[in-house]
Amino acid sequence: MAAGSPDKFSVLLPTYNERENLPLVVWLLARTFQESGNNYEIIIIDDGSPDGTQEIAEQLEKIYGSDKILLRPRARKLGLGTAYIHGMKHATGNFIVIMDADLSHHVSLYFIKQKEGNFDIVSGTRYKGNGGVYGWDLKRKLISRGANFLTQVLLRPGASDLTGSFRLYRKEVLQKLMEKCVSKGYVFQMEMIVRARQLGFTIGEVPISFVDRVYGESKLGGNEIVSFLKGLLTLFATT
Amino acid sequence: ALALAPPGLRLPAPFRQALLPLPVYLLVAFGCYSLATVGYRLATFNDCEEAAVELQEHISAARTDLRQRGLRF
Repeated sequence: MAAGSPDKFSVLLPTYNERENLPLVVWLLARTFQESGNNYEIIIIDDGSPDGTQEIAEQLEKIYGSDKILLRPRARKLGLGTAYIHGMKHATGNFIVIMDADLSHHVSLYFIKQKEGNFDIVSGTRYKGNGGVYGWDLKRKLISRGANFLTQVLLRPGASDLTGSFRLYRKEVLQKLMEKCVSKGYVFQMEMIVRARQLGFTIGEVPISFVDRVYGESKLGGNEIVSFLKGLLTLFATT
Repeated sequence: ALALAPPGLRLPAPFRQALLPLPVYLLVAFGCYSLATVGYRLATFNDCEEAAVELQEHISAARTDLRQRGLRF
């Protein structure tokens, strides 16, 4: 990175059936970046959503400009990990933001935190400070806290929330981590943080409010829990 | 079987008796700690009311603004 060149943030948004959420997310991101004066781009990686997500994305591209909204779709559902790799190839920023298409609260706090501590990674946490959730019943909270407790005991990751949906990475850091990580799904996010700690990268945390999905259904089911446990044990054994 | 006497060292009987249940004690202690910790964290899990309200406001603002700019939902 040339000395004195300003920061640019590339937001990677993998989408699958996010026709309702996508305009809101893009609008919030665009507004936040405009208000903070940062240079940005939003890379939308749609995996052939049948609900017309790509069509909405095209409209957004017309509204915000093709230098701000980059469409890099794929033919079918190919998974999160490969979506990030695919997105990164087209990212021209020196910082990469990874997030779910259904939440973009308080994005600006991330930039401040990064500047504050010059961190390699800034991660959102629901468990610290005034972070938290909205619309969760007791059972869901219990599962979340229980899973997180298990994760902390087994992996000692140095971050309080491993499966939160919001992260900011330096581009080179993310590239390095993507090379090393092998897991899928939830566990992939966890593995990134564990590997980051191993490689000595610095991680800052920002409290985030996770408001339950406004539109659409949550993708957490019995299968997810089983694969989470399997993944956790694999990470424990291999890292 | 647990090896409580490394070669060359012979612990007197009372020590051995005390040491035997140690793993079980540790397990139970860890179990209690886990329950207490998870319970505490569950009880102090923040509910973000204002965030939810704010989000609803953002959604309306977004829909209005985008419609003005030509987005057909």
